[in-house]
Amino acid sequence: MRLNKILKNTLLVLTACLVLSACATKKEVATDIQGQMQGDVYTGTDTVKYLADGVPDRVFFATNESILTTASRETLRAQAAWLRKNPNINVVLEGHADERGTREYNLALGERRANAAKDYLMTYGISSDRITVLSYGKERPVDSGSNPLAWSKNRRSVTVKAN
Amino acid sequence: MTKKILILLFILIPIKANALIEVDITRGNLNPLPLAVSPLSIDEKSRKGFEKILKKENIGSEISKIVENNLRVSGLFNPLDKKAFLQAPDIANLKPRFEDWNLIKAQALITGKVNYIDDKLRVEFRLWDVLAAKEMMALAFTTVPNNWRRVGHIISDKVYERLTGEKGYFDTRIIYVSEEGPKTQRIKKLAIMDQDGANNKFLTLGNELVLTPRFNPASQMVTYLSYFKNMPRVYLLDIETGTQEVVGDFPGMTFAPRFSPDGKKIIMSFAKDGKSDIYTMDLENRIVEKITNHPSIDTSPSYSPDGKYITFNSDRSGYQQIYVMKNDGSDVKRISFGNGLYGTPVWSPRGDLIAFTKLHKGKFYIGVMRTDGSGERLLTENYYQEAPSWSPNGRVLIFYRETKTNSKGEGFSAKLWSIDLTGYNERQIKTPTDASDPSWSSLLSN
Repeated sequence: MRLNKILKNTLLVLTACLVLSACATKKEVATDIQGQMQGDVYTGTDTVKYLADGVPDRVFFATNESILTTASRETLRAQAAWLRKNPNINVVLEGHADERGTREYNLALGERRANAAKDYLMTYGISSDRITVLSYGKERPVDSGSNPLAWSKNRRSVTVKAN
Repeated sequence: MTKKILILLFILIPIKANALIEVDITRGNLNPLPLAVSPLSIDEKSRKGFEKILKKENIGSEISKIVENNLRVSGLFNPLDKKAFLQAPDIANLKPRFEDWNLIKAQALITGKVNYIDDKLRVEFRLWDVLAAKEMMALAFTTVPNNWRRVGHIISDKVYERLTGEKGYFDTRIIYVSEEGPKTQRIKKLAIMDQDGANNKFLTLGNELVLTPRFNPASQMVTYLSYFKNMPRVYLLDIETGTQEVVGDFPGMTFAPRFSPDGKKIIMSFAKDGKSDIYTMDLENRIVEKITNHPSIDTSPSYSPDGKYITFNSDRSGYQQIYVMKNDGSDVKRISFGNGLYGTPVWSPRGDLIAFTKLHKGKFYIGVMRTDGSGERLLTENYYQEAPSWSPNGRVLIFYRETKTNSKGEGFSAKLWSIDLTGYNERQIKTPTDASDPSWSSLLSN
């Protein structure tokens, strides 16, 4: 009986916590997104550069993830088409993480993100000989802010011309 | 740096086995032991001799200041104000008038004498139990005058060991990464300093990004990650000669290096095709072995002090957790099961604990757990902190902390901090620039 009561109370507390955290997230989302994030993946353009007309240079990732979003795949298809048109150009894929992780894990995560982009370019006919992967972990953020929007801009893989 | 300390260590008076004063270092010490560090006495001829070489007016007081500072910073001792001392240093060293020291509430007293003999620095010191009115220890050292700071550290270590029953950690150095410039374009250099912040020296120029230096526990070698020619690779650096070399011949990024406890191997991660595995390289025969083989990220490896086990960080469960395995990669067991993400496991030099970084609900913690994952204890919480490194006696952790920037992205800083295993005595370690990735050396004189 007693245990039951304790369990019940715990459940109540847990539910309360869940409700509270849900509220907190919603609030954060409302203030930070401003149309520039979907989930926690950056969808804005203010840090994006272009390799050519209509060919954005970077793709963005969710926290701790290296999965390519629909928008990222579209960007990489444009990059692949541009690389096919310019067979003499080689690229470096620079993988990055945000500052909310340990340095060593982030180095590995940056490498995994850049590789996700590399694999996708390869499925669109770009030879692995033309692609070098370089992880910077959390060492080279583009936005020095300490907020979810800044972090979302920093979780990226950037395609850079190597020659 | 290259001068090895030349020590003629002889015990003047045998130490009695029955302990007198004792300091318990296993719990948070809220009442540090009051003790008096009487300035080391010095005769006029020796004083002038050292003033000429070392440009210090009174080397005796300088050495005792080092001892005093070390003992205070340890959090276990409370060195009393010298102005209250009634007895002159030279007389106290011969025979303390214990009533006088008792009067100012000193429970222990350190006295000593410095001499300039044959271009050498000779220091003798004694530790006294004031209440029991007895000598606890007496030692003398002879060394080159330039080693005067180290003499202060060695005295501190001897006193710490005599009063706590455990080895000290004062005659040690810290290697770390010095940071300057904007957050988006940090310039990073390897730097080294004494444990108390003195003798800071830069080891690289900042032309390429460098990260995660770690001391060899058995020698003055360092392993670290350098982006030389934009190729992140693990390097080996001899701090005495300045020579460095790439570790192994890997077709991609190697990172997260550490030495084995005997200093003969480097253990590190190698990242390829989106997965990172753990490898070792034997520094003598250059043989490379692959230790883990998993499609996940396996990184931040650290050996147990007997070399038989390895703790490491892996996201094979889906998120970053801490694992332990045998040194050949077999028998992998997850040990972290609390809420949140766990990283940077480091095995204590005493063997009983693993220190780690934990991320939970947007906060970073430095904590310790037993090697089977039980008994998790969080020592400190902050906006961002990580990468603990143990003092050689396994009693103190050093790590780095970064600040949150404001809405304009300004106000970033990175600093070194230390905390006792007890969770008490948290302190910032002053560095000339911003700093991160600290690694603590072994005791230099042993």
